[in-house]
Amino acid sequence: MNFDYAPAPESASIVDIRPSYGLFIDGEFTDPADGRSFKSVNPATEEVLAEIAEAGAEDVDRAVAAARAAYENVWGPMPGRERAKYLYRIARLIQERSRELAILESIDNGKPIRESRDVDLPLVAAHFFYHAGWADKLSYAGYGPDPRPLGVAAQVIPWNFPLLMLAWKIAPALACGNTVVLKPAETTPLTALVFADICRQADLPKGVVNIVTGAGETGRLLVEHDGVDKVAFTGSTEVGKQIARSVAGTRKKLTLELGGKAANVVFDDAPLDQAVEGVVNGIFFNQGHVCCAGSRLLVHEPIAEELLDRLKARMATLRVGDPLDKNTDVGAINSAAQLEKIRMLSQVGEREGAQRWSPPCELPDRGYWFAPTLFTGVAQSHRIAREEIFGPVLSVLTFRTPDEAVAKANNTPYGLSAGVWTEKGSRILWMAERLRAGVVWANTYNKFDPTSPFGGYKESGFGREGGRHGLEAYLNV
Amino acid sequence: MQVGRVGDAGGVPTETVAGTAGLRDFLHGLPGVDQVGVEERAKRLATRSIKTSAKAQAIDAAIAMVDLTTLEGADTPGKVRALCAKALRPDPDDPKVPRVAAVCVYSDLVGVAVEALEGSDVKVASVATSFPSGRAPLAAKLADTRAAVEAGADEIDMVIDRGAFLAGDYGKVFDEIAAVKEACGDAHLKVILETGELVTYDNVRRASWLAMRAGADFIKTSTGKVSPAATLPVTLVMLEAVRDFRAATGRQVGVKPAGGIRTTKDAIRYLVLVNETAGPDWLTPQWFRIGASSLLNDLLMQRRKLADCVYQGPDYFTVD
Repeated sequence: MNFDYAPAPESASIVDIRPSYGLFIDGEFTDPADGRSFKSVNPATEEVLAEIAEAGAEDVDRAVAAARAAYENVWGPMPGRERAKYLYRIARLIQERSRELAILESIDNGKPIRESRDVDLPLVAAHFFYHAGWADKLSYAGYGPDPRPLGVAAQVIPWNFPLLMLAWKIAPALACGNTVVLKPAETTPLTALVFADICRQADLPKGVVNIVTGAGETGRLLVEHDGVDKVAFTGSTEVGKQIARSVAGTRKKLTLELGGKAANVVFDDAPLDQAVEGVVNGIFFNQGHVCCAGSRLLVHEPIAEELLDRLKARMATLRVGDPLDKNTDVGAINSAAQLEKIRMLSQVGEREGAQRWSPPCELPDRGYWFAPTLFTGVAQSHRIAREEIFGPVLSVLTFRTPDEAVAKANNTPYGLSAGVWTEKGSRILWMAERLRAGVVWANTYNKFDPTSPFGGYKESGFGREGGRHGLEAYLNV
Repeated sequence: MQVGRVGDAGGVPTETVAGTAGLRDFLHGLPGVDQVGVEERAKRLATRSIKTSAKAQAIDAAIAMVDLTTLEGADTPGKVRALCAKALRPDPDDPKVPRVAAVCVYSDLVGVAVEALEGSDVKVASVATSFPSGRAPLAAKLADTRAAVEAGADEIDMVIDRGAFLAGDYGKVFDEIAAVKEACGDAHLKVILETGELVTYDNVRRASWLAMRAGADFIKTSTGKVSPAATLPVTLVMLEAVRDFRAATGRQVGVKPAGGIRTTKDAIRYLVLVNETAGPDWLTPQWFRIGASSLLNDLLMQRRKLADCVYQGPDYFTVD
């Protein structure tokens, strides 16, 4: 029997997208001083979703001033247990509005509704709940008897997990007593703007959270602003380096979470079917737009052929298409520019001699799409093994011994994450000791939890987000 | 249907099967199953949303895959006849509803079922080999099997010796299955692993391979008498096993989850699992069955809901 799943689209009717959005400064949506705006597009259809205000220097000044005033007068002096109440309230409102937020996230970002509903939104709420719990217990976090906040935090986040990255930034900052000015990515600002509405709904004092939309220039104005005490950035290594240069020599405290080229290492004694699942989840989750994506598969030579056969069979069952369909596994590429980059690097991979393979898969006519892709015969010297593609493209390499696996896994300027697949517990520990990556997953991949610190080595950045360790980034210690 | 010879590993070199030690090495050489991973995968597949035309298709497919079952000490000829009538015409108001695949009874009631189903394509399945515990001498198990076959059973649902399996005596389990297969003659052999007593997924995978290599035509999760009975992750592991077994030997083996599958939603989740694990080749009553009793009425109720857009009360569906 040929079992074709009928379309099962999530209804977009509960989402109310306004034709235009202003900047959220000092508790109000306001127009930008110079009236400039840009458009946010649905990457699955190329339809324009809304006009978004573009913040200029004057607007950033205003936002930082509002955050400063809120910090000095309200949020900084407020006891932790009172701050916690606001954070719990925000967390509950996120849960209450999670369906709306999940749909909006999928419309604006292109990620499948299954992921925004089952991964992004539960984690967003969890981050607020978790940090709400810390707000009145900071004296017990191991940073001294009464750790103080830093002040005003400038936060710039990427487009791959728009609301989740917002939560990773705002929840710890607020819990520790800081106020924030956050700039969402220019292609995915909509859920951050709904979050602004949630802050109002929660009666969060004005100025504690300010959201300024815009592109790279707005971000630069924000992180270089004299009035900020802390800069937190998640995004590309290239921009991270620029930010590091610009804040060097200032009082600003900096944390960076940048790119990655993670190795997913599969040994011959791995649980094969689950390893295949983990490899798929590692690289095709969120269309591969994941800084910790397992974009290099290092497979033990004795099982390389068998694993690849299974992997290809599994990839053939991936359902690519409408992000709002509840059965979609792989959604749309977030932007035309990103699609161009993925295409370019894939062509480079072919030119360098790697073998390209994709399952037969029909892509929609409109929108930005890229079929799940596999490169075999990849060497460490190939660009597709060294550069972050940030798309659904997996490079497969082989190794002979554990030492070789470690050497190849570490042979990258990045060091964000790694995966190890083996049934041998001692080998997992042996590998984890040697892999220079901030996160090492064993027999699983892409698992996130607010209690678990996340961050990189080397050019993947510094500082940790989540857990007790993540508080340090927002405390004066 | 292609049936391997008794005890034939079907393409796998026979020397690896020879002797308990070789069998043990083979079973323990199978890739492990990571519990967290397999449960996560099953849970994710359970979120598939099957609506409208796909749901209608799935409901009819599921009805045709049901092994309508009564396995109680209180079973009587009257009860079995009533069940057979239901199997032949699940919904008396709608002749378009497909018939179920088989009626599954104890071996002493096979004759009654055969008579009641005569002339139809509904099969008679009989549990055998001292179902459900399997704790009896081999001679008794074989006699049980032969009696059922002689009474006209098309399919035999045997239980494995879980005690021997858990004690590591794989050779005993293998030989018993092979002997029962021989006693089955032309009847199809379903081998019940009773996964609720095997407990680990590694054991489920090993028992699946053991049963297939010993000649099983079907591997079945449970007797329905032990909790947990069929679960999605256990069935997923078994579907992976039949998929890999066919890839290695060319012989296709069926899968039957049984016990605890009561709603249409449950049944559809199993079909999704089959579709995305073993593949569409298994999506026929020849290769996939669902052992159930109360499931059928829920399928009928949902079927009518799809057609009429309103739910009928339970009194509109026959209780047999």
